[in-house]
Amino acid sequence: MGQKIVIDPVTRIEGHAKITIHLDDTGQVSDARFHVTEFRGFETFCQGRPLWEMPGITARICGICPVSHLLASAKAGDCILAVTIPLAATKLRRLMNLAQIIQSHALSFFHLSAPDLLLGMDSDPQHRNIFGLMAAFPELARGGIRLRQFGQEIIELLGGRKIHPSWAVPGGVREPLSETGRHDIREGLPEAYSTVHTALEQFKQLLHQYEREAQTFGNFPSLFMGLVTPDGQWEHYDGNLRVVDSAGNVIADRLDPAHYQDFIGEAVEPWSYLKFPYYRPLGYPSSHEHCRLDNGMYRVGPLARLNVCTRFGTPLADQELREFHDRGNGTVTSSFFYHYARLIEILGALEHIEQMMDDPDLLSTHLRANAGINQLEGVGVSEAPRGTLFHHYQVDESGLMQRLNLIIATGQNNLAMNRTVTQIARHFIHGSDIPEGMLNRVEAGIRAFDPCLSCSTHAAGQMPLHLQLFNAKGTLLNEVWRE
Amino acid sequence: MAVKTLIIDDQLISALEEETLLQAAQAAGIHIPTLCYLEGISEVGACRLCLVEIAGSSKLHPACVTKVAEGMSVRTQSDRLQKYRRLIIEMLFAEGNHICAVCVANGHCELQQLAMDLGMDHVTLEYQFPNRLVDLSHDRFGMDHNRCVLCTRCIRVCDELEGAHIWDMAGRGTRSQVITDLNQPWGTSPTCTSCGKCVAACPTGAIFHQGSTVGEMVHERTRIEFIVNARQNHQWQF
Ligand code: SF4
Ligand code: FES
Repeated sequence: MGQKIVIDPVTRIEGHAKITIHLDDTGQVSDARFHVTEFRGFETFCQGRPLWEMPGITARICGICPVSHLLASAKAGDCILAVTIPLAATKLRRLMNLAQIIQSHALSFFHLSAPDLLLGMDSDPQHRNIFGLMAAFPELARGGIRLRQFGQEIIELLGGRKIHPSWAVPGGVREPLSETGRHDIREGLPEAYSTVHTALEQFKQLLHQYEREAQTFGNFPSLFMGLVTPDGQWEHYDGNLRVVDSAGNVIADRLDPAHYQDFIGEAVEPWSYLKFPYYRPLGYPSSHEHCRLDNGMYRVGPLARLNVCTRFGTPLADQELREFHDRGNGTVTSSFFYHYARLIEILGALEHIEQMMDDPDLLSTHLRANAGINQLEGVGVSEAPRGTLFHHYQVDESGLMQRLNLIIATGQNNLAMNRTVTQIARHFIHGSDIPEGMLNRVEAGIRAFDPCLSCSTHAAGQMPLHLQLFNAKGTLLNEVWRE
Repeated sequence: MAVKTLIIDDQLISALEEETLLQAAQAAGIHIPTLCYLEGISEVGACRLCLVEIAGSSKLHPACVTKVAEGMSVRTQSDRLQKYRRLIIEMLFAEGNHICAVCVANGHCELQQLAMDLGMDHVTLEYQFPNRLVDLSHDRFGMDHNRCVLCTRCIRVCDELEGAHIWDMAGRGTRSQVITDLNQPWGTSPTCTSCGKCVAACPTGAIFHQGSTVGEMVHERTRIEFIVNARQNHQWQF
């Protein structure tokens, strides 16, 4: 008699999702799926709005990474105005994106995942949250919270507010950095460095303890995609796309993100609101072909970015990057290493910020190119904390939105997340007797990707977990609630 | 010029006989909320936000179109008035598509300010979500009917101050809307002088400067005030 286990909602992720696990007659996992149960509809209700409003509207997609949407949207706008924005505006946008990467990664690592990593996957779920972390590791928790605050404050210094600043606009940005703002950033850097160094040390020690998780949390071959500079360096705002396979071979390079439709296909499945993008040349993997190496499943985000780049471009992060690649034997295929990659990216982002601080352009007042509608279509791409983000707009002659297509990072990781859930479930779940810690591992596997399904955070881990066991006929056999 | 004495909110006030209650109150530093009223153009008493209570009358009276009278006793604040004013604002929010967070006039909008002043923390009426259009055909300005509260200020400034009268009302009931010339795209209007007075006069983000992003649409009224002053003080009589 087959069974079905439902984890609904999945906790400590951004948004609403559930996981179903199907058991076969012998109680072994036959399949597992990650369902995104929320529907937003931005692509429809933005139709008919002026292009100029798009950064402000699309930033509202998310409260964690509004800056990513703001930037991708403003870039799509630049394209439609057919302007090259002032250099100072580019630098300021880069600064804000770096700050965004820091704050979002800090949230993912310290608030959402550190409770699993430091308190233990099997620890009491009552305390397996940021508050439990504060009690057990006060210094680290405090540092993590302050690190996120540091990133948020840079965003506020530039955009006037921490969340949803309407600062990047088609043609440039609205305000420069102030002299006092620059001073504040400089002041905050030493503490931020020290937090990330401590976290990196601690994480590396944990790697032994979590060997089993590292091997099973989404550890499989797939493609990886991310932006790199023309010479292959880590990139987050401009550049071209590179795709590597799990053996480290560059299978496509210098892809122009504006032509994403040539190499990215978007599939839909009836059981999830989240689309399933795939690398078009290798095709969409059918559910029976997940294990084949030559399908178009790819991963984006911190792990992918570190896999596609050859260098970080800053001394400390480059050192860490070498160690990261050594530990993963070149291309790192375990999604458990997303956490590790996040910490290295925070370090590199801090270094990049530090390097920028003396640049007088940050205080420039020439920040905005004024132009009308000069092109009817534009694509804006940037690296959001969770991966490559595409905004593709079509407007009419007067600048009213006709069509938009958004490809978000979490969507691109959708295939890999489903694969991860199946892998973990197969490894840790045998029969219908399921210890809570096992379920948490399934969730933690998803959390490694830091999926962002909407603008809601459940950072305190207080959402109840609902588990249902179904037999093959769909009859409810057992029900457990975790408060 | 006869002078009338009256009481507004327990304050003894004297006002010129042709003045309205709103003008008299404003001169005495008493605030009455308004929306369709704009100093220097004719009053139409359309929005009803300025309703006040007058002793001896069971009706409520719009202060912007009610003349002062000898011995009048007026209340501008009461629970009843507060309730009606809030309801009016709620109706305006429910009837259009006002999304302050992403609006060009966020932070510079009279409708939003009124909602805040009146403590409108939520709307108790059902939102209508009408399907309205945005007109970006003019090369400098834009018109978003979603945000229009039909105050007709644009119509009046254009007619009375600019003398162009490109704006007017069309339709009835929920289909009412402001139109340019013969209900054609603004950019094709042969009578529009592109003076921008309607842009300045609009209380919301309905009429805006093209290229404005969230919160950038500041209503710069100095030009309107300059013309109104010049007229009132007869500076242009040759
Ligand atoms: S466009 Fe503005 S000024 Fe004209 S009626 Fe509508 S809200 Fe009033
Ligand atoms: S201000 Fe008096 S009715 Fe509108």
